[in-house]
Amino acid sequence: MSALNIKKGSTSHSAYDLRSGSTEIEESHTLAVIVENEPGVLARVIGLFSGRGYNIDTLNVGPTHDPKMSRMTIVTRGDDSTIEQIVKQLNKLVNVLEVQDFRDADYVDRELVLVKVKVDSKTRAEVMQITDIFRAKIVDVQPTSLTIEITGNESKVEKFLELMSNFGVAGLTRTGKVALPRK
Amino acid sequence: MSKQMTGAQMVIQALKDQGVEIVFGYPGGAVLPIYDEIFQQNDIRHVLVRHEQGAVHMAEGYARSTGKPGVALVTSGPGATNAVTGLTDALMDSIPIVVLTGQVPTFMIGTDGFQEADTVGITRPCTKMNWLVKDTANLADTIHQAFHVATHGRPGPVLIDIPKDVQFATAEYVPAEKAKISHYQPRTAGDPAQIARLVELMESAERPIIYSGGGVINSGPRASQLLRELVAETNFPITSTLMGLGSYPASGKNWVGMLGMHGLYEANLAMHGCDVMINIGARFDDRITGRVKDFSPKSKKAHIDIDPSSINKVIRVDVPIVGDVTEVLEELLRQWRARGSKTDQRGLSQWWKQIDEWRAVKCLTYKPSTTTIKPQYALERLEALTKGMDRYITTEVGQHQMWAAQYLGFEDPNRWMTSGGLGTMGYGLPASIGVQVAHPESLVINVAGEASWLMNMQEMGTAMQFRAPVKQFILNNERLGMVRQWQELLHGERYSSSWSESLPDFVKLAEAFGCKGIKCSDPKDLDDAIMEMIRYDGPVIFDCLVEKHENCFPMIPSGKPHNEMLLSADADAFKSGAVLV
Repeated sequence: MSALNIKKGSTSHSAYDLRSGSTEIEESHTLAVIVENEPGVLARVIGLFSGRGYNIDTLNVGPTHDPKMSRMTIVTRGDDSTIEQIVKQLNKLVNVLEVQDFRDADYVDRELVLVKVKVDSKTRAEVMQITDIFRAKIVDVQPTSLTIEITGNESKVEKFLELMSNFGVAGLTRTGKVALPRK
Repeated sequence: MSKQMTGAQMVIQALKDQGVEIVFGYPGGAVLPIYDEIFQQNDIRHVLVRHEQGAVHMAEGYARSTGKPGVALVTSGPGATNAVTGLTDALMDSIPIVVLTGQVPTFMIGTDGFQEADTVGITRPCTKMNWLVKDTANLADTIHQAFHVATHGRPGPVLIDIPKDVQFATAEYVPAEKAKISHYQPRTAGDPAQIARLVELMESAERPIIYSGGGVINSGPRASQLLRELVAETNFPITSTLMGLGSYPASGKNWVGMLGMHGLYEANLAMHGCDVMINIGARFDDRITGRVKDFSPKSKKAHIDIDPSSINKVIRVDVPIVGDVTEVLEELLRQWRARGSKTDQRGLSQWWKQIDEWRAVKCLTYKPSTTTIKPQYALERLEALTKGMDRYITTEVGQHQMWAAQYLGFEDPNRWMTSGGLGTMGYGLPASIGVQVAHPESLVINVAGEASWLMNMQEMGTAMQFRAPVKQFILNNERLGMVRQWQELLHGERYSSSWSESLPDFVKLAEAFGCKGIKCSDPKDLDDAIMEMIRYDGPVIFDCLVEKHENCFPMIPSGKPHNEMLLSADADAFKSGAVLV
């Protein structure tokens, strides 16, 4: 046996191993969770994420073609082993029917954003032109603002919002990502 | 053949249909209709507890010692919140229990009614599953589902919250066989291909170790039987976690003792130095692994677990096998025999030689005393005097718990009930009552520390009322022993709030409850006193005054790997500051 060599302030002064967390690279991942459409299911899933210290970047919930089931699309961040745990922990919940991990699967995803952009007589035309290029839609017109609806994948939406920020954004709401596997 | 009944009648009928014989509970406004039904029947026995936490721990003790789900019944609001510790305890240790809570009537939910609490909200993270039943028509079905969920897959606690109007209303009873058991059917058979990989690993192993856990016990007595066959056929050494004690007999020749933070020297070094580790129903808990980075660095690891999320959670393994221990071991032994598998005899005999050298260190040696009772001595005597008896042991949490695990020997599963994952002080006394109620003729001993014991001592009233002759063997050091030990070794001997002044006189306390009190402080009197406790026909509070400053060794300080264990011989040098840099 070796002599116990504990430095003052080392982690061995704790009841736990206080090593720092994982240094693996955190990446964004999209998961779909098919759940029974019952009260408390959303709270259960969110509670799992907060209770175990996982991140939620966006979360979208809605019914599926079967009224007994709901589909949640969750965008989360973590290294590979964290994502593996998230998928397993979700599967463990009694009213989770299926977890689709989009890491390797081919899928389509969309997000809908409503953005209210400040305009005046000089900038209005330019904003409308960009909106047109992005195939976005103007859904409300006010003397000093335009509200625009844009749908698309993440890169398209982000690029559009970046351009709009030059004009001044007065309000913004986004649905979070929704996704479906192609097959 | 529809059968109309009230919600309260359904509760009783459903419990009967599920084979429930005993319910631990405490009445209150929101469960009165159910208590009224309990009064009017004789099939289900109700054990009135003194605090709802006690009810849940009793249900745990009952479940752990019988393998059947335990049932607790409590009222809304404070009844439910008092149950939370027990639910969390059962979740951490995978104990199947069903807790029924009353709730304010459905139309009052959300109005901050009297004794209203958001029970399903509060208990969501500490149950495997819970339900609020808003319609009597769904009540029986939900109860049947709850029993199914609690006992299938990785077992755990479930809770059903039943509003008072749902208990009064009438609907058609759904019998168990017609209940919607939902989609919840966890996989129990292991993948034969992975099991084949494990067989190959076992054939090639030079320094194998079997690391078994509570999952073996949860899987049922057959699992322990198969584990013993596996050990006999391979001659592999076997260690176990705190939760798994008894699945392999302590008297078995391949037993190397418990592993972990206060595990045996030989068990921990065998874990550290092995080349093949076979985890059967354990979960690489942090009390087991120490520093994860240095955990058993040279081994190939196989992990058998019914819960897929246990696999690769803490330690990455080479052979993952998701399945029930019994089914996996059946298949493993089938393949092992069918292939005519052989172990590496030469490697194995060298490995055993090495293990015997570690055993020779005799890590449980302590300095004996003729004047004060050493806690280790007290447990050695308890073991010697109760060995071979029909004996069940429960514990509280702390030093005494670790000493009990080290010095008592368990020959069979379901004989050892302790709070492992959550570490709940106050678990042992109520758990011992739950065990005793299930096994009225057996000797049930709660090995306790005085501090833990005081946390739920009100349950002595339950023991008296229901004639549960539980023996409370209290190792009284007038300290929070484990806290004090950490403060001594790691916090500069600053004993911050770790001793109790004004402890009760336990003998008088026993008299106050109407049971027997025994006090012993001289090692010479100990055997007689223990025999007196065993022979007494009724509950006993045994105040065993032990050495106040004894430390529990071996000890792996957290954040240290298995091979950096602290033995009692090191401790003096350690305390004198020689190695404290």
